[in-house]
Amino acid sequence: MTSVTTAPAPRDDVVEDTGARRHALTVAGLCFLAGVAAILLFGLTATSDQVSTLLMNPRGVDTIPDVELPTQIAAFVLGFGAIALGVRALQVVDPKITVFFGGALGLFALALVIWAARDGTGAFYGLIAGSVQRATPIALGAIAGLLCERTGVINIAIEGMMLAAAFGAAITASATGSLWIGLLCGILTGALFGAIHAVISIRYEVDQIVGGTFINIFALGLTSYLTVRVLVEYSHLNQPGTFRPFEIPLLVEIPFLGPLLFSQNVFGFVMFGLVAFLAWALFNTRWGLRVRSVGEHPRAADTVGISVHFIRYRNVILGGMVAGIGGAWFTLGSAGRFDQNMTNGKGFIALAAMIFGRWHPVGALIAALIFGFSEQLNDYLALLDTPIPSEFLLMAPYVVTIVVVAGLVGRPRVPAANGQVYRSGG
Amino acid sequence: MTAPPAEAPAAPPPDVDDPLAGAPHERQPGVAGALREVALGLIGPLLAILTALIVGALIIVFTDPTTLEAWGSFFSAPGTALADSWDLIATSYRALFDSSLGSQRALARTLVQSTPLILVGLSVALAFKAGMFNIGGAGQLIVGAMAAAWIGITFDLPQVVHLPLALVAGVIGGAVWGGIVGFLKARTGAHEVITSIMLNFVALRLLDYALSTDTFRRPGRSDPISPEMPASVRLPEPIDSFRVHLGFLLALLVAWGAWWLLQRTTIGFRMRAVGANPHAARYAGMGVAATTVLSMGIAGGLAGLGGTTILLGSTPRLTGGFFASVGFDAIALALLGRASPIGVVGAGLLFGALQAGSTGMQAQTSTPIDIIFVIQALIILFVAAPAIVRTVWRVKETRLGAGQRFSAGWGAQ
Repeated sequence: MTSVTTAPAPRDDVVEDTGARRHALTVAGLCFLAGVAAILLFGLTATSDQVSTLLMNPRGVDTIPDVELPTQIAAFVLGFGAIALGVRALQVVDPKITVFFGGALGLFALALVIWAARDGTGAFYGLIAGSVQRATPIALGAIAGLLCERTGVINIAIEGMMLAAAFGAAITASATGSLWIGLLCGILTGALFGAIHAVISIRYEVDQIVGGTFINIFALGLTSYLTVRVLVEYSHLNQPGTFRPFEIPLLVEIPFLGPLLFSQNVFGFVMFGLVAFLAWALFNTRWGLRVRSVGEHPRAADTVGISVHFIRYRNVILGGMVAGIGGAWFTLGSAGRFDQNMTNGKGFIALAAMIFGRWHPVGALIAALIFGFSEQLNDYLALLDTPIPSEFLLMAPYVVTIVVVAGLVGRPRVPAANGQVYRSGG
Repeated sequence: MTAPPAEAPAAPPPDVDDPLAGAPHERQPGVAGALREVALGLIGPLLAILTALIVGALIIVFTDPTTLEAWGSFFSAPGTALADSWDLIATSYRALFDSSLGSQRALARTLVQSTPLILVGLSVALAFKAGMFNIGGAGQLIVGAMAAAWIGITFDLPQVVHLPLALVAGVIGGAVWGGIVGFLKARTGAHEVITSIMLNFVALRLLDYALSTDTFRRPGRSDPISPEMPASVRLPEPIDSFRVHLGFLLALLVAWGAWWLLQRTTIGFRMRAVGANPHAARYAGMGVAATTVLSMGIAGGLAGLGGTTILLGSTPRLTGGFFASVGFDAIALALLGRASPIGVVGAGLLFGALQAGSTGMQAQTSTPIDIIFVIQALIILFVAAPAIVRTVWRVKETRLGAGQRFSAGWGAQ
């Protein structure tokens, strides 16, 4: 009897072990690659007398000194740092080992930033601040996506929801002269599209990817149509203006991080607030438990009396509202006007950030920051005349996401019931 | 993708014999029975199109400033509002019809427009049959067209060699891009929707990059545009007065080929078996992984060929947006055509007509082109959710098929 019950256990361990082992090897290999690349590409191409200057303050502020680094030494140190992370990855057995890869990639990026500024000045603060700016709509979109997907409703319609909300926000803010009403209307537009997605995927049980595709094409077609039809003729309906940034007193005085995090417009604060709130609420409240149970095992949730459909409707509409805030960012937080297809694939980057962030709010934020960084890096490098084609940096989020879903650096765990129709009593 | 329920008579003729389509439904013998089948099968899509056109008409009416004014005084002069609205719809849709089917030139434009749509639509349809949602048509057609453009620009060959070579390059380019998706799915279980969305954007950036290099950029220009494709790779237009290039014929041939592949070959049977139930297919000894890679490779190749016909046909220069919205339109028409080759041809012709007509509509009336995309989106919705159409038109359930499911969730393998 005992042999029967204990026999499978060691075999499971072995399987687990080789899997973890292979995973560790992959991560270590990628860390080595990042380190060696930093040394070869940046360390060896710089000369020992070159110095990189990094500006650490926003314009007009002078709280901390700018940093001057010897380019070559910095690149070598960072490269060897990445290699050291790889060595460490081989020694520890830890499912969170992927963090090492992230660290190595970060060191590589820093080496690139320093190398690009050799014999010159790089606007380091501007690079980071710009990354946070660009991360804002991506993170909001990713949160919108994970709110839906945590309950088991696939949402590839973030792009369409954001685009529609950007339009709705711009036109109402222009018509009423109030940015706040515009924002509210953006949220309502998002909620409306969320409700449409919810109805067609829950009530009509349409394939959720088809439903998402419908919303994306519909939103693009409708907003483009209305732009030509209405906004071209009545251009005063397309002058919403933008939210001014405001500062949080005292906190803004913190060197570097102060102006970075505590001097933003409403969208930045809302985004950080939502990430913090959801990171807590999803895992520490009754609401969060219900949401996750519906996304993982709707039958079980139903059995204990949770209304699967109600939770799904509510979350998909909530997700639409968050996508609405993200959409309003484009018109009211950034451009100050609506243009056809102005989200331009950001919704899909948000989708990527959600996956990359493993359906976790903080993960989504980190992913959004990384993707925002890879966009902002273009501007930074362009100013320094670095011969790296911007297209490859812009490709990075997509390639990284493919690497992640392919499980090269640890497969993300998807909500188990994602995309599945639920019929109670069936 | 689960097999459609037994009461679904919506599939066009080739699918009726489909051994994997679920339990056989009642059939009446003889020609009359067959015609009845076809007619019943067409009701769903036709009602979906009609509903979409009606909703489109409502959008046109209620966004037109002058008509809206007329509606503002509806209670004093109800006739004016209604007459104005009717006029607007009638002129818009007549212009749409006239510039898509109204003349020989218009018809030619329609056929040329539908060529890439049919090919990329076949790509989506074929992947559907193999149980995958190929949302990556856009990326595959870009890479295919880039490969064809490279052949066109780089080599100087006689047409008999050059044109086929460019077409083959287009197929290979697309097949590689689609094959990556299939490989990642077969090898690692990465969901094809995620990877193909991501690869779409990678292809887009790759195109931007290519157009900034000396290989692809027109000499002496700094904007991202390639030189015009030489005459030796252009698809010829055999009839002088009827400007349709051979790509259209090729698309029809390929559609027949796709039907033949799916219905008459072992590979096609495997693809459908894997699509219907990968576990059963594996149990039956079929190589699911190999079939997945092959299916996505073929699907990618079809999309690549579609992109190539755009480049070698109607717009002979590679630009950042030469492909317009073909990649996404293809998804809509594959759904409309119920993922069967003949359905895709029909849907492709319809969408080609809509797109060819929309240009004329914008020129003759003030209705912007983009209304077409609204209508196409609505067609997707109404085809995917027949319950909505049933509610609107009060049709009995048995007359329209139930909705189709084309993909499993992110997590499912």
